[in-house]
Amino acid sequence: MTAPILQMRGISKTFGTVRALRDVSFDVQPGELHALMGENGAGKSTLMKILSGAYTADPGGEILFAGQPRHGRDDGIAVIYQELSLAPNLTVAENMFLGREGRAMSLVRRGMLADRAQPILDRLGVGFSAQTPVWRLSLGERQMVEIARALTSDAKLIVMDEPTTALSTRETERLFDVIGNLKAHGIAIIYISHRMEEVYALADRVSVLRDGVYIGTLDRAELSAARLVSMMVGRDLGSFYRKDHQAKPPTGAPLLEVANLTDGKRVKGCSLSLYAGEVLGIAGLVGSGRTELARLIFRADQPAGGTVLLGGRPFGARNPREALAAGLAYLTEDRAGLGLFLDMTISDNVNVGVIQSDAGAVGVLDRRKAAERAGSAIRNLGIKAPSARVNAGALSGGNQQKVLLARLLETQPKVVILDEPTRGVDVGAKSEIYKLIDTLVGRGVGVIMISSELPEIVGVADRVLVMREGRIAGEVRPEAGQPISQEAIMALSTGAVPMQEKTA
Amino acid sequence: MSETATKASDPGAMGLRGMMQILGMLPVLILLAIAFHLMSGKFLSVNNLSIVMQQASINIVLAAGMTFVILTGGIDLSVGSVLAASAMIAVIVSLVPGIGWLGVPAAMLAGLVCGLANGALIAALRLPPFIVTLGSLTAVRGVARLLGADTTVFNPDLPFDVIGNGTLFGVPWLAIIAVVVILGSWFLLRRTVLGTWIYAVGGNPEAARLTGIKVPLVLLFVYGASGFLAGLGGAMSAARLYAANGLQLGQAYELDAIAAVILGGTSFVGGVGSIWGTLVGALIIAVLSNGLILVGVSDIWQYIVKGLVIIAAVALDRYRLKGGART
Repeated sequence: MTAPILQMRGISKTFGTVRALRDVSFDVQPGELHALMGENGAGKSTLMKILSGAYTADPGGEILFAGQPRHGRDDGIAVIYQELSLAPNLTVAENMFLGREGRAMSLVRRGMLADRAQPILDRLGVGFSAQTPVWRLSLGERQMVEIARALTSDAKLIVMDEPTTALSTRETERLFDVIGNLKAHGIAIIYISHRMEEVYALADRVSVLRDGVYIGTLDRAELSAARLVSMMVGRDLGSFYRKDHQAKPPTGAPLLEVANLTDGKRVKGCSLSLYAGEVLGIAGLVGSGRTELARLIFRADQPAGGTVLLGGRPFGARNPREALAAGLAYLTEDRAGLGLFLDMTISDNVNVGVIQSDAGAVGVLDRRKAAERAGSAIRNLGIKAPSARVNAGALSGGNQQKVLLARLLETQPKVVILDEPTRGVDVGAKSEIYKLIDTLVGRGVGVIMISSELPEIVGVADRVLVMREGRIAGEVRPEAGQPISQEAIMALSTGAVPMQEKTA
Repeated sequence: MSETATKASDPGAMGLRGMMQILGMLPVLILLAIAFHLMSGKFLSVNNLSIVMQQASINIVLAAGMTFVILTGGIDLSVGSVLAASAMIAVIVSLVPGIGWLGVPAAMLAGLVCGLANGALIAALRLPPFIVTLGSLTAVRGVARLLGADTTVFNPDLPFDVIGNGTLFGVPWLAIIAVVVILGSWFLLRRTVLGTWIYAVGGNPEAARLTGIKVPLVLLFVYGASGFLAGLGGAMSAARLYAANGLQLGQAYELDAIAAVILGGTSFVGGVGSIWGTLVGALIIAVLSNGLILVGVSDIWQYIVKGLVIIAAVALDRYRLKGGART
């Protein structure tokens, strides 16, 4: 074994009275991809913030980088956060050298910047030039700019925090190629991810944190999904979730019938039928129009054409409020941006959709009813919080998602559209959300679930529609005791097979 | 990280920081009052405190309306002008024999109409609040001057002068009105559906829409309320002075109201804040004005000191909240 590029020994971090990290030790070899896994709140991000110098560790531990003690921020380590930190109004080259242009008053020499940036971009094999303004790039391309920026600083170690969350499958593959390239150049990578498949595909070693404690490291040879999951949650979940409900063969009229729905831009004439008591999965690459379709059905955006029938009758809602009143609810994929009120309490977040119908004369809040609803939501959905008066912004991703789900359920919907319901959610909360979906369909609710994770959609949905470029590319059903085929979904979404004629 | 935040923001487990968050600027207010008392020897007398409350009352009323607006992430720059126009209307109506008392409701109605006009432009046409109310700041100022043909209107026999100069059990009516407005605002913000919607719209407007909240209605309400309270402020001002002047009255009042709201810890981007903070903020401004006079600081230096104290207080607030609930 060569000398590690990074050694972290005995790292602890205390916030007030809470110990976010206790005595974590962990090392990274040059040129290896070291995956870091753990539930939300396990301490991964805190550890990385200590590494980058954003936080200072409690006294007692030490960090050796390239054999030298590391203090605060210096070059050599680059962190790429989930939220990208690029200036969209500047060019790729300007972003790559941001903060390193020289003295503030010296002239920025654009041509020279571009000349220095271009070879790095070529090495990454990207399809845009150093002069491109960043706002023109897709999320995946922006991620490449972040990586290029790390390379300009001569980083020996790059930390990637859930880099594929916002990427399409094609962009993800591109990223994996680049990661291989970086490793070949001796650059070490710490890779934080919730996605088991990625870890399988990439990792040389995997370390697991749980509740701020280092649990252990597995070498590539000893990797197993079941072992990793049990290390993360401390209990065995079985590798994948299997749905616990059995949709009856559709009888009678569909609960929701969408015909030729279009917005004239991203959604091009989509039709689907949803029956009571079933989970209809919608798969497809990011950007295939899944979210746009869901928003059209919910009337968050206005359709340009097409019809929707709910319970056999024309669905005349003009906005989300009327859609909710008609019994249609939509869980957004962007829970912090479009879903939650982060500065409001759990109770307010759960109740906000129903406070008007609960309220007494002249709109005075029914506080007892609100407390009851919040209390039962916390109990039934297993929201981990000291009280209902805690702000939603203080919760972990999984608990935030449960709060948002609770809000939808309070409106007693007949049809629920869930857009990426387990994105950024830890393993434990995921399986609780799946159970909740089972309970809902058991009560006769129709559920549409949009998901990018194939094992999830295969495990939870009764049948799956696949979208590609704004159209329904086809439908995949389980066949004769076999589960829904992931390969069939992937083939439809990537266009490996031609679109099916809709047969429903 | 997330765990820490959970603990820190749990109101049940209230530590020193929790207390600080709830008290906000109150310690600053108390320290200022004590300091002025020590320097002048007469600040903390019943008589002087009553004067402070009276001086603060109109700004408290304006700032209450401004709190609604800023909680939605907006701003209302027109309240000073609306106050002037409403005061003009109050005095003009008070001159009509027999129905002079109607000056008060007429002023409030005029304010409400101005506010709803602001709200309609902002909610329906989706124009930026800063621009809309900057426009009405100028336009309504013109209306105020027009109303009295650009002169000062007097009414020495103002039928509702008790509002401006009378007392109830020794407490000035102006102060009572201010306290009632604060209590009413608290009830509206914390105990009604509309109040929850105001916080929701300010915290995340798009999420509010997707949750089924009538966002335009909420915006119309907050600007309407701000205008209505500016109208009330106009009536209070007219009652105090027995006169109104469209050119001078209410100049820069909007700035004091905004300062009170921000001093009170309400977030400029919306969604976070409380009416109690606004009350404390308005009182800090009034205490400063009154205290600096008692101590004998010249008019010019009062401006400089007031401005610096506002900046220092907010800086202190930021420092205090650093590392708090949201990181």
